[in-house]
Amino acid sequence: MSSKKKKKLSPAQQQYQAFAKAREPKRPAVTNTIKAFFVGGTICLIGQTLQWFFIEYFNFTETTAGNPTVAVLIIVSVLLTGFGVYDHIAQWAGAGTAIPVTGFANTVASSSIEHRSEGFVLGVGGNMFKLAGSVIAYGVFSAFVVALIKIIIQKLGGM
Amino acid sequence: MLKGHQTWIFENRPVLHSCAAIGGPFEAAGPLSADFDLLHEDIWLGQNSFEKAEKRFLEEACEFAIRKGGLKKEDINVFLSGDLMNQIISSSFAARTIGVPFLGLFGACSSSMESLAVASALVNGKFAKYALAAASSHNAAAEKQFRYPTEYGAQKPPTAQWTVTGAGAAVVTDSGDGPYITSATVGRVVDMGISDPFNMGGAMAPAAVDTIQAHFRDLNRGLDYYDMIATGDLGKVGHRIATDLLTEHGLKINEDIFTDCGLLIYGDNKQVFAGGSGCACSATVTYGHIMNRVKKGELKKILIVATGALLSPMSYQQKESIPCIAHAVSIEA
Repeated sequence: MSSKKKKKLSPAQQQYQAFAKAREPKRPAVTNTIKAFFVGGTICLIGQTLQWFFIEYFNFTETTAGNPTVAVLIIVSVLLTGFGVYDHIAQWAGAGTAIPVTGFANTVASSSIEHRSEGFVLGVGGNMFKLAGSVIAYGVFSAFVVALIKIIIQKLGGM
Repeated sequence: MLKGHQTWIFENRPVLHSCAAIGGPFEAAGPLSADFDLLHEDIWLGQNSFEKAEKRFLEEACEFAIRKGGLKKEDINVFLSGDLMNQIISSSFAARTIGVPFLGLFGACSSSMESLAVASALVNGKFAKYALAAASSHNAAAEKQFRYPTEYGAQKPPTAQWTVTGAGAAVVTDSGDGPYITSATVGRVVDMGISDPFNMGGAMAPAAVDTIQAHFRDLNRGLDYYDMIATGDLGKVGHRIATDLLTEHGLKINEDIFTDCGLLIYGDNKQVFAGGSGCACSATVTYGHIMNRVKKGELKKILIVATGALLSPMSYQQKESIPCIAHAVSIEA
């Protein structure tokens, strides 16, 4: 917890938090990081293999092969989400499955499934981007900022 | 009759006439499966939403409790119930089906003992002959409302708990052979500044300790009075904190009698992290497992301290800490 947040707490609360903290199991950060590294790496390796496959057998170029590769990864993770397997893999793999495109597909698919009971419009449509929305909003915005910086540098004669 | 600051003594000795516990598939796989009246293998119960399924769990628990007591719905003078859904829809909708006078309660996971305490007080005060007290929760419905979609792949920390899918109900009446509901201690809201919704046990432990202390202080009883003191859903983390906190406050509680419903219901299952939680956790364990042990004569005097975290998804997104509460009810054979 940040020190700024802690200042708002009374001395008794601060004392209790230290008391409780000493009795809580810690998140296994090192193990989690190693698992995430290997699972994330494996997903990337699968992606790379798929890309090679599309270039080799379907006449895609290195640039155009990206689309079918991502599509396959998305379809697979959406299916795994639907079959109720993805969340179990993610509990083990942590950031390893959350960071690649598979994690993004999972957020959209899981929200859609969850809110199916509220109907297609208010439920599925309205909640599909409940978790993914902020990724899209800030992703697009950061891309815009980066592009702006690039253009400014180019105009100033750099690159 | 009020004793001390916050404890009610039921001098007319209301009786826990009958009770029932209904669970889902995950509870069926746990060590207490034999103590449930009915276990479902489908968390949907044939309904088309988790919320409707939770309502069915609650309805079934009430139907079972009424039937086991040899009663009919019409005999119930008042129905008291609480759950975790927004606007306690599970309780209100179940009350629509049952069709008897209804008081909805919200004490989060402490609703099980809150409803039993109020039901006993009403019977004790002769405002009802038969009062029905119940509480329910549903794992997927609670995850959907309070956390993330059930199929979302987020890694949970080891302090997280597993919401029990099920419902428990009890009929309280004014005469019979017992077990008797002898007293209840109404808890204060305690907030020790914990704001992590994945650490409910740590947040709720001080509330449980506060209510236990108040109970023994008000009644001037020794800790060895009870054969079992069970908290509602503190889990491994909260139970350890509560034990140490009580010791620090000079209440050296015997490890053999102090337990937690959240620890009992799933045993050592790693999938539930720190243990069970939810209104149905204390409701099903008390009205199933613990009451069966009381009936068998293994336990004579018990104290159930149901704990509740009074947060909303909105309050934690706005970075508020989690206010917690605990209500204690003593049952004696």
